[in-house]
Amino acid sequence: MDRRTSIKWVLAASASWPLLATRSRSAEPAAALPGYGTDPPLVTVYHPGQLWPLTLKPPQRRLAGILADIIIPADEHSASASAVGVVDFIDEWISAPYPRNQRDCPIILSGFSWLDAEARRRFGQGFADLDSRQHHSICDDICSEARAARDARDGARFFARYRDLTAGGFYSTPVGRQDLGYIGNVPLAHFDGPPPELLKKLNLP
Amino acid sequence: MPFVTATSQQSTYDVIVVGSGAAGGQSAYALCMDGAKVLMLEAGRKYSPQSETPMFQTPDLAPLAGAGTPDKPFGFYDATVDGGWEVPGEPYVRASEDPGGRFEWWRARMLGGRTNHWGRISLRYGPYDFKPHSRDGLGLDWPVAYEDIAPYYDKAELLIGVYGSNEGLENTPDSSPGCLLPPPKPLVSDLLIAQRAKRLGIPAIPGHRAVLTRALDFKGTPARLHPGNLTAQKLLAEDMRARAPCLWATPCGRGCAIRANYQSTTVHLPPALASGNLDITTDAMVYEVTLGRDGRANGVSFVDRTTGKPQHAAARVVILAASACESVRILLNSKSTRYPHGLANSSGQLGRYLMDTVGSTLSGQIPLLENLPPLNEDAADGVQMYTPWWLYREQLAGKLGFARGYHIEFGGGKRMPDHGTAAGIEWLTGGSYGVKFKQDVRRYYGSFVYFDGRGEMVPNDHSYCEIDPSVKDRWGIPVLRFHWQWSQHELRQAAHMQRTFADVIESMGGKVSGRVQTDGARAIAAGGSIIHEVGGAIMGADPKTSVTNRWCQTWDVANLFVTDGAVFASNADKNPTLTIMALAWRAADHILERMRRKEL
Repeated sequence: MDRRTSIKWVLAASASWPLLATRSRSAEPAAALPGYGTDPPLVTVYHPGQLWPLTLKPPQRRLAGILADIIIPADEHSASASAVGVVDFIDEWISAPYPRNQRDCPIILSGFSWLDAEARRRFGQGFADLDSRQHHSICDDICSEARAARDARDGARFFARYRDLTAGGFYSTPVGRQDLGYIGNVPLAHFDGPPPELLKKLNLP
Repeated sequence: MPFVTATSQQSTYDVIVVGSGAAGGQSAYALCMDGAKVLMLEAGRKYSPQSETPMFQTPDLAPLAGAGTPDKPFGFYDATVDGGWEVPGEPYVRASEDPGGRFEWWRARMLGGRTNHWGRISLRYGPYDFKPHSRDGLGLDWPVAYEDIAPYYDKAELLIGVYGSNEGLENTPDSSPGCLLPPPKPLVSDLLIAQRAKRLGIPAIPGHRAVLTRALDFKGTPARLHPGNLTAQKLLAEDMRARAPCLWATPCGRGCAIRANYQSTTVHLPPALASGNLDITTDAMVYEVTLGRDGRANGVSFVDRTTGKPQHAAARVVILAASACESVRILLNSKSTRYPHGLANSSGQLGRYLMDTVGSTLSGQIPLLENLPPLNEDAADGVQMYTPWWLYREQLAGKLGFARGYHIEFGGGKRMPDHGTAAGIEWLTGGSYGVKFKQDVRRYYGSFVYFDGRGEMVPNDHSYCEIDPSVKDRWGIPVLRFHWQWSQHELRQAAHMQRTFADVIESMGGKVSGRVQTDGARAIAAGGSIIHEVGGAIMGADPKTSVTNRWCQTWDVANLFVTDGAVFASNADKNPTLTIMALAWRAADHILERMRRKEL
């Protein structure tokens, strides 16, 4: 991310606050958002980048994928976040023209900058080029907003948001659903409720 | 060809129905099945649940994993078309920016209106709910009693298909035999909540929702609904056969392509159209009821949204069913030298006594529900069970500090994972990431329960709508300005909800998510945000203090009726849609009878 892009996003995000306030004061007609509108076709498949231009440049995408996989790595149950398209999802999310997304965008982009700066300060190279032990030494300091030291709070705020977005992208995919053992969304002839042996185990009638 | 344009309409109709949702759909259905020629005008576009419902679509196929946006506030796959808290080109005004004075107005611009996405919760008002002033001295009595409306509750339940049970509880009426479909099996979380709530003296019984848990009785019900009318019976039987029972998957809020739940577009409109008696014009934004020289309504003026041009349609009778606030807006904008303050407003009550439902929410995490085996818990998509208000006696004795009750919609379960499933759980995980985070998400998935309180608001003088003197919508139609204020009854009720929910969560050995708001002003959802707004053209026994009589007929104009939520004189905790249908059906029967007697 170059500095100009970053500033542009911050300005866009801060500009959206007074805009919202004005709208709520008189409920004036909202400026037409260049989003998908109030009547998008629902029975079709959408891909990131199809509705609005994406934001991340290749080095940012690389960092985004590495961080997403630190949060959701492959394990014996399922693949990693980046393997199921989470970077595309995050890029789509922070590029969307809606207020919530425009608030998230500078948090994510400045978070990437914070990570790189912190990696350089501690280890002399960018975050993407660190090894696993080095990644964890930084992430351990920002993985909890409650426990983060004062000078790591911005990083922790970013990390919390990034973890939520990563999980949102991951668990909404078929791989994520399977990881959680979700077995619904299939037509049933009848719904029988929970198995009796489970109810018995839980002392439920 | 039942869908007509502004230029292919008939020169006149028996009845014009403005709006196509619960009120408009029910009005048109009842009239058409008895032979009346009806023109329905819908402000939004034509909509087909069969071809447009995203059944089984998963979040990964949607933009932003299906998350809500200002364009689609309830999520990408929500059925709402051209609707939401803000509709482009159709502003409204709030008189106050004070948080407690905030009113939000949800609209949908589509055939079937809000019935396409609603929660399908179908509760009857009880005897107390029609006579609240007589019971506790607050609010307003209706000019009808439960016994007047009960037969129409039966009919509405039989027609649309409602699951539930008869429990014989106070002010929670039983249905006549054969009216209700069997309730769905509860989930593990439902049973756990019910068990622990009961230990606190809080009942939990099967919910009532307009979802077909089995096929409708297409052999018996048509004759019960339309005695002596063989044509109507045949039409309805054919249509009931075409509605499939629930397949226990895909959220109802998306609409239902197999017509297993009630939407005006899946239940009311198909048989009405099949009768040949219904013409529908969509993209017709009605802004005025027009009067003839005799002082009777002779039709309505509307903007054809496809051309932007004003048009007129004529009929013997006009029914407004455009949603409470929109019907009030049309009447207020129908000004003439004879009626300078709007039509049907000689009482000065038009726009007054606007009410919404009191809403407050709390959720919790329940260790007993962690690490359960995989279960298909899509079920009926929620409210398999609920808690009706249970403290009538304590309340009447003045022990609670607020006058009216609330019911609780609760639930949990292994819902289809989405963008929010693993978000915001640092309070449980301590900030885990990596393999530990994946383990944590598996552990906590399906272990959350939520409680939504839905309570009665006492109507007050400070909650009303009027025409804003300057703001107009994109067609130049003056818009509404809302005034809103809660009373202590609502604020204390919302705080009571929070304490109750926290007690139930703790009785389950669970942890409350976030804070328990014991300050009512913080606990209560903004006015209008529960989307149960009613009132504004209330029915009453006295023309000086009400807008319509007991038949939804305006006092001032004999052939002008309002059959939507605007006529509600109280807003009981029970979700209003079933009552809207019962009142609309009753009004339609009255109109038919008066038309047969040539009085209309």
